[in-house]
Amino acid sequence: MKRWAALLVLVLAVAWSAHAADAPAPLKLWHAYRGGEETALIQATARFTETTGVKVDLLGLPYDAYAHKLTNAIPHGAGPDVFIFNHERLRNFHAQNLVAATAKDFVRADYFANTVEALEVDGRVYGYPLSLKSLALYVNTDLVPRPPASTQELLAMLPALSNAAEGRFGLVYESGDFYFHAPFLFGFDGPLFDDTGRARFDTPGMARSLAFVKRLQDERWMPQEVSGALVKTLFNDGRAAMLISGPWFAGEIAPTVRYRVVALPTVSETGTPMKPFLGVEAAFVSARSEQAARAHALARFLSTGEASRVRTTVGRQIPADVAAYETQEVKEDTLISSFREAARNATPMPNTLEMARVWEPMKLALRAVLQGGVKPEDAGALADRRYRALHRERPADANPVPWLGLVGAMALGGTAYVLRRPAGAQSLRQRYPDLTRAATYVAPAAAGVLVLVFIPFVVGLSLSLFHHDAGQYSFVGLANFVDILASRGYSIREPLSFYFTLAVTLLWAVVNVVLHVCIGLGLALLLRDPLLKLRGMYRVLLIIPWAVPNYITALMWKSMFHRQFGAINGLLTLLGLEPVSWFTRFSTAFAANVATNTWLGFPFMMVVALGALQSIPQELYEAAEVDGASRWTQFRRITLPLLKPAMLPAVVLGSVWTFNMFNIIYLVSGGEPGGGTDILVSEAFRWAFQRNEQYGFAAAYSVLIFLVLLGWSAFTKRLLRTEETA
Amino acid sequence: MKKPSWLKMAGIHAGLSVMCMVTLYPVLWVVKMALSPVDGMSLTANPFPDAVTLDHFREVLWSVDAQGRWVFGRQLMASLIVGGATTVVGLSLAVTAAYALSRFRFPGKEGGMQALLITQMFPATLMLVPIYSILQKLGLLDSLTGLVLVYATTALPFCIWMLKGYFDTLPRELEEAAVMDGASPFQVFIHVVLPLARPALAVTALFSFMTAWNEFVLAATLINDPTRFTLPVALQRYVGEYKVEWGKFAACALVVSAPVMALFFALQKHLVGGLTAGGVKG
Repeated sequence: MKRWAALLVLVLAVAWSAHAADAPAPLKLWHAYRGGEETALIQATARFTETTGVKVDLLGLPYDAYAHKLTNAIPHGAGPDVFIFNHERLRNFHAQNLVAATAKDFVRADYFANTVEALEVDGRVYGYPLSLKSLALYVNTDLVPRPPASTQELLAMLPALSNAAEGRFGLVYESGDFYFHAPFLFGFDGPLFDDTGRARFDTPGMARSLAFVKRLQDERWMPQEVSGALVKTLFNDGRAAMLISGPWFAGEIAPTVRYRVVALPTVSETGTPMKPFLGVEAAFVSARSEQAARAHALARFLSTGEASRVRTTVGRQIPADVAAYETQEVKEDTLISSFREAARNATPMPNTLEMARVWEPMKLALRAVLQGGVKPEDAGALADRRYRALHRERPADANPVPWLGLVGAMALGGTAYVLRRPAGAQSLRQRYPDLTRAATYVAPAAAGVLVLVFIPFVVGLSLSLFHHDAGQYSFVGLANFVDILASRGYSIREPLSFYFTLAVTLLWAVVNVVLHVCIGLGLALLLRDPLLKLRGMYRVLLIIPWAVPNYITALMWKSMFHRQFGAINGLLTLLGLEPVSWFTRFSTAFAANVATNTWLGFPFMMVVALGALQSIPQELYEAAEVDGASRWTQFRRITLPLLKPAMLPAVVLGSVWTFNMFNIIYLVSGGEPGGGTDILVSEAFRWAFQRNEQYGFAAAYSVLIFLVLLGWSAFTKRLLRTEETA
Repeated sequence: MKKPSWLKMAGIHAGLSVMCMVTLYPVLWVVKMALSPVDGMSLTANPFPDAVTLDHFREVLWSVDAQGRWVFGRQLMASLIVGGATTVVGLSLAVTAAYALSRFRFPGKEGGMQALLITQMFPATLMLVPIYSILQKLGLLDSLTGLVLVYATTALPFCIWMLKGYFDTLPRELEEAAVMDGASPFQVFIHVVLPLARPALAVTALFSFMTAWNEFVLAATLINDPTRFTLPVALQRYVGEYKVEWGKFAACALVVSAPVMALFFALQKHLVGGLTAGGVKG
């Protein structure tokens, strides 16, 4: 009986597991939507599950981390089956073999032709077009009853609509961003790419378009240093008559503002309409999906029919499929149809690697012109130079054999160095009686450090000998170092040069450490007296900056240095001074970074100094007092020398931290103006993650940082040693 | 020691008050952003809010995701688990290793100590790519365990150096006396050494906890499931590329900073002794 029962259980178990294997695993869908767009996507996938029975696991990711996460996760098999992304990065994804071509049942005629073209690489389509994103003109209909059809009309209207003293402007848009400038560039007949497909900036169209927007700003029809937040505030307050933005902005508009959306005006000089970039959002199927057929079905489902309707009505997206415009709802929706109209002039943003190289030089040129200092006709040449510097050709391959030999020799030498022992005939056990106990105490930490610190460190070091291009590594020997140290492609007085950045970094470290130590020591001296009332409270309040995570500190100070809303400029106006544009000049941008980092760093030095002061015996001062030594002599002869041994290690530690203080530079000045305030770490980060993932080049930068610090630590070690023997 | 004149005392108080105001000003500014009902800002130096609302806190604390799950609670939980586990793991690894480095002789000791410090000078962002691959090989991707291991080991070099410096200052006679009384080496370690090292342990624990609690680049890269994000990653959502929700950012920033501040206040007495005693000999 028992045996039968066991058999029955076994059979049931087998049957159940077979059944479980039958039920398909849920599809993983990644996106970066929020708000209405996210709700719409959830409803659309729920429909998919209803009709097909296949479950979908949705994952909404923060936009800033999204692309990086995809390129990391998919090759490791940890990625999604389907992901939603803009088409511009398609070429990168394709080069790294992350996306699958569309399935056979993909029908081109279902979608607008330019959306499908945007998803083509080498004649094959990758991805299912979901929606269109492009810029159009939002008009406050109370202020502007009839929108301008040409730039001439626009220019005629602007003076009456603007009054900078009252904070009213005829036109606002994020003028420092190339995405928003592109319609002007194309409207003035400026090509962005030449016949060979390379980017070109030094063109008449570029100069004329820059001169045009410069004029808008100089006449004060348009505010300076416009951010997304400012655009929103001005439009919702009725202080901006017109603005340029995309469909996503509709959700930001206050219900009290009456507005309509029209196509951007035609440039009168050329007769060409202003052409914004067309971005196509698409559902891509991962090349590594284990359920490819289902994944394709999901992507197709989302891009058409019922799902498309939901995304339009709930998510307020501009659908890419033709059929959606036949439905009554969409026909009646003026926002959707006006954006569809406006998108007729739009040029699909090329999905080439070349496109990705355009942003940084263009941003530099645009800001250089708008902030003054560079004439519009010279900006193109400036951008050209930066473009050539950033676009590194792949260096020639090197022969790895001598390197392997060198690595082997170094590994042997290193082991010998670590295990070195003076000559002696004693056995290991005799020389180290505690060996087993030491091993048990050290082993866990050593294992962890070996796997998660040393191996990544060695990999990072060796990466510097490679060139990385779209997923392909090639061994190039010392070519990266040669390029960096020879400052190839730029003069050593330019921000991109290693020597310029090194000088800025050293200045940065020295200024900060001096300020930290001086302020910290000064406060410690004030706090020293144990009889001081409220001493505990002061100490607690002064430690606060240390307790705040440093990226929060950075963002906090960044907002305080804002041109229009910043508290610092608020203080300046309170004192009757002019507000300062902090990030347009090297000196002020650097000062802003230093102020932030000083606020952040002095408490550590204060605490160390306080501890050191307490360890100085009081009798020394009393004896000095008897001998008639002045306060100043006491400070110089007693306090400073006795502080030194405790402060010196803290100073060394602090200097290394400051040298690599990425968060402050990256978040506060962001390297503005033109990369001038970047330090070596943030420069390495940019090469690795913002300039076409040139990991090898970035690693070479890191190795140089490492060598500088190694030299510094060797120097300070000698300093410490003389301190001990003295 | 004679009592200082009241004039000098007044000067000291004035100096300290000014510095405290400088310290507090940005913090007040964040409090203002968190409490103000509007996201819009205006050019003013006044760090006090004109009107007060708790809406931003409510929206941050009670936020649910599209599937209706209470995300903030889970993220807080994840942060606490990661912070706590990192402290425990990091501290136990560091204490044993530092004790061995301070008391025993073994081959590779000096070289190992140097190597430990040297790795700290390599920019951490570049180690991200290899760390990702290693965790993936170990099957620890998208898991809090993996995150804890990475945090605990990255904090180790500093912790070990701190603790070793402190152990070096402790007199060995006490341990020898305990051995005379018949205590095993392990008992000596637990009952004699650790209690003596309390200030340094407190500082090290604080440091480990802060590493884990404040970090966001690794967390954002290694964790996929939003319910397992730590709070700094959640905070990142409010300051995206296209729009910044200052109110919610400020409210969330205050929530994230609060535990570390509380720990600082609780441990601040130890802070002074713990940092310097180790530093002197370090």
